[in-house]
Parts: sequence; C-alpha cells; structure tokens
Amino acid sequence: MLKDITLGQYFPGNSVIHRLDPRMKVILAIAYIVAIFLAKSVFAFALVALTTLMLVIISRISVAVVLRGIKPIIYVVIFTMIINLFMIKGEGEPLFSLWRIRIYEEGIYRAVFMALRVIFLIMATSIFLTYTTSPFSLTAGIEGVLSPLKLIRLPVHDFAMMMMIALRFIPTLVEETDKIMNAQKARGADFSSGGLIKRAKALIPILVPLFVSAFNRANDLSVAMECRCYRSGKGATKLHKLKFSALDFVSLLIMAIFITAIVLINKYVTVGFSL
Amino acid sequence: MYKIEVKNVSFVYGQSTPFETSALTDVSVGFEEGKITGLIGHTGSGKSTLVQMLNGLLRPTSGQILLDGKDIWEKPKEISKVRFRVGLVMQYPEYQLFDDTVRSDISFAPKNMKLSESEIDERVREAAAFVDIDEQILDKSPFELSGGQKRRVAIAGVLAMKPEVLVLDEPAAGLDPRGRRTILGGLCEYQRKSGTTVILVSHSMEDMALYCDNIVVMNDSKIFAEGTTSQVFSRASEIASVGLDIPSIAHIANKIKGNGIGLTGNLYTVDGVLDAVLREMKGGR
Repeated sequence: MLKDITLGQYFPGNSVIHRLDPRMKVILAIAYIVAIFLAKSVFAFALVALTTLMLVIISRISVAVVLRGIKPIIYVVIFTMIINLFMIKGEGEPLFSLWRIRIYEEGIYRAVFMALRVIFLIMATSIFLTYTTSPFSLTAGIEGVLSPLKLIRLPVHDFAMMMMIALRFIPTLVEETDKIMNAQKARGADFSSGGLIKRAKALIPILVPLFVSAFNRANDLSVAMECRCYRSGKGATKLHKLKFSALDFVSLLIMAIFITAIVLINKYVTVGFSL
Repeated sequence: MYKIEVKNVSFVYGQSTPFETSALTDVSVGFEEGKITGLIGHTGSGKSTLVQMLNGLLRPTSGQILLDGKDIWEKPKEISKVRFRVGLVMQYPEYQLFDDTVRSDISFAPKNMKLSESEIDERVREAAAFVDIDEQILDKSPFELSGGQKRRVAIAGVLAMKPEVLVLDEPAAGLDPRGRRTILGGLCEYQRKSGTTVILVSHSMEDMALYCDNIVVMNDSKIFAEGTTSQVFSRASEIASVGLDIPSIAHIANKIKGNGIGLTGNLYTVDGVLDAVLREMKGGR
C-alpha cells in the first residue's frame, strides 16, 4: 500500500536536462517561473506552452507521468478559475448576468490564463527539479545556489545536510511503516473501518514503534557521524564536485532568449487579449 | 493431510511499473497438519513473500491459498478472520511492540478478536508462560526489556491468538545461542502441547535438523525440494548446488556412508549420528 507513494519521483535518464548541473537547474527553474508570470498576452502564453511541451519532449519523461503530476493540484486550479471568473470586472457589457453574478470576457480570459500558469509552473518545475534530478544532486544544487548566504553566516551546509538526511530516510521509514503495519495487521489490527476517532486510535500501534525506531536510528546516525569526525563541513571536500559545462551556459542563454522573447511579445504583439 | 496448501501461486511486486519483479513463480506446496515444517532459502528466494501470503497480508497475483481446503480469498472482506487462524510472527517482531505494558501488548490481538475480558486475561498468561515470561514482567513497559525478552513478548502476542497455523519468519535471528534455544525449544514444546501446524523460516540448517519434521527448500522464486527432514538432507549435493548447506554432522554421516559403512536412522543431528554409529559398531561385533 505504502509502496505506491513515490516521493521525489526521480526518473533516471540521460537526456539533456538530466545532464545539466543541478545548480543550473535550480536557477533555470526559478527563471522559468519568472517567465511564466511575465507572460501576459495570448501569444506569449502560446510560446510558454510550446516551450513547456519542448521541455517534456527533451526530458524524455512520458507525457502520462507529467499529467499525473498535475492531478493533485487540479482542485487548486479549478478554485482559482472560479474565483477569477466571478470576481473580475471587465470594461464592456457582461457576457452573462444573473442576479449579482456577472461574467465578463476578461474574467474568462483571466481564469484560463491563471489555470495555465499554475499548470505550466508545476510541469516545468517538476521537469527541471523532481523528475530529472536525483534528491541528492538536488540538495547539492540548492546548497550551491544558496552558498552566497554563507557570507552572512547562514549555516547553508547544515541545512543541506539535514535535507539530505531527511530525504535519505524517507524510503527507510516508508519500508519500516509497511513492516509495522503488516505486523499489526497480522495481529488483527484494522486500519480501514470505523469512524474518524477509531481510525486515529488505530494508528497508535503504528506510530509508537515508528517513532521509537526513528529516534534510535537518529541516535545511531549521529554517533556514527561523530565517530567519523564529522564537523559540519569545515574543510570538507566533495567526492562529486559540481562543475558547469558548456551545456549549462547554452541552456542559460536559451532561457535568457526565451524571457526576452516573452517581454518583446508582451510589448509589441498587440493582437488578441492581454492581461 | 495438508492444513494449508499453496496452489500454483505467482506473485509480482510493482506490477506494470518499471520496477516490476517476480517474487514467486507458479509455486505449489503443502504444509502438513500438526507438523513443524521448515522453510529455507536464500535472501530473495521468495520465502518472506510466501509467508506473508499464508495469512493474507499479500494477495497472490494468480493462484490460490487453501486453508483446510478453502480458498482464503473467497471472501476478501473476511480476511481478518484468516489472520486470526494463521498467526504470523514477522522478522524482528520486537519492533511491533507499542503498548504501555507487556500485558496490554500481548492482549492486542485477543482484543481485536473481541474476546471476553477473562478469556483475554487467561490467554495472555498462557502465552507468556509458553515463552517463559514471568508474571512480574507483564506489568513492565516492553521498552525496558532486553532484546531476547522483547522478542519473546512479541511472539507471545501472536500465540495469544491461539492460531491453528503458526508461521514464524526467522524467530531466532540475531539472538545468542542461548536465546535461540529458549525460543526454538519453547516453540517446539508449544507445538507438541497444542498440536498446532508450525511453519518455521530459518537460515540455520542445524536448527532445521533439530526442530523440523518436514523441510521445504526454496530457490529463485520456486520450490527447489520438499520432503521429510531426512529425505531433504540426503540430497546434500543438490542442496549445495543452490548455495545452501546441510548440517555439518550430516556431511560427516554421508562421508562415513560413502566409505561403505551402512548407517541408518536420523543422520542429521549429532545425537542421531552418534546412535547410528554406536549401533553399527555393536552390530559389527
């Protein structure tokens, strides 16, 4: 049951996007979000849609997987659409009006644009970060991007280490939860019937052993790290040193062109609706 | 007669994902009523998967599990009833302890069976006695106990269901020799007194030889050999070919037999071989 939960959802591969430096991927993901929010006209949105599609194709992640990633946020999307549809007041006559509800043309456009923004945002960030980057290189990437903050004495390395350990132990804990659940089921525990309170109570036999073993594990790990003289990254060198390649710079250049194109389209292409 | 029977069972983990692996392929095997059957095999041979099917924790991808001749998945909603009839002690069961006291932890299963207070109390005491847990310990927290005691308390938690079939996945793993003897000896005694059908998963051939009536050997998601303990151990070279080993004493007995000295009887425990050699020496004179 729990095995179906895939956290991080990394799909190993060797596409161009897989091979990018994780630091660059973090930067590109942020830049892409900026680009999505810069897009204001129909044509700019069309360009974003096209590039997002290109990203899916280049990453060689199956379309079905990408679409499945959108599923959990579909209610958020519908909710924003409804809010936009009813709250936006346009300049012309309403297209539809009933009592105090008035729907304007602008409202429809805005609702669609908002929905598309959220969908593109999820698709692009998951392609750059979760689908094509293993959790460990993602952590390394975030550490790299945040490393300037070390200058103002933020313990960036410690944060990255904590994140890495947390990610490392997710599968272990999932497996352990599975085992404990099976053991309690073998003793007749029932997790799927009864009211809310009964179900919450049924979790005690799982949570107690799980916490006990998680604390034991954390203790063991900290002792093991101290035994190997871990001192929070002081003077530590990396096994896999991150290095920007030509590919990274090319991708950054393409991103810059993409953002410029969107700004220019917003400004000069005036056909069709724009926000 | 078979108490529990596995019929043409296959099991695939993560079906239709990139991680699809087959854990069992067309396995058919029976476990005799009132006997202790040992189940051996390498890590990854499918033992644990098979064991989790016997009480319905996993549902076969295809095939049937028959308990007293009836398919346990006939009514999927009543699978919890099957779990009370087929008690499963998982590997490292001490990790399943959760309650304030040993007593209430052991009574978790009987409570789930909705037995009466007095019946529960009776069963807890009985189960604790079988695994050699004293009355005083019953009111302690399970987290204060030693490793071996925790293990025994966890086993008692399953024994308290009075299952018709008792399945144990490596009950003695990670214990010292004394702990092993206490647990396995205790189980053996329990089996003799209650007549329960017991299925014992283990890596240790010595333990198998001492405690099991029948043995099933698994290899590569399939049944490799099955039969009485002496039948299986007489096929030493075949068993060695899948990387398992028969008890050292059985090797010695086989060597003696290879030299033309006819030994008979139980040839896989030290006592058995000693008897056979003594008998042979007396007979020779």
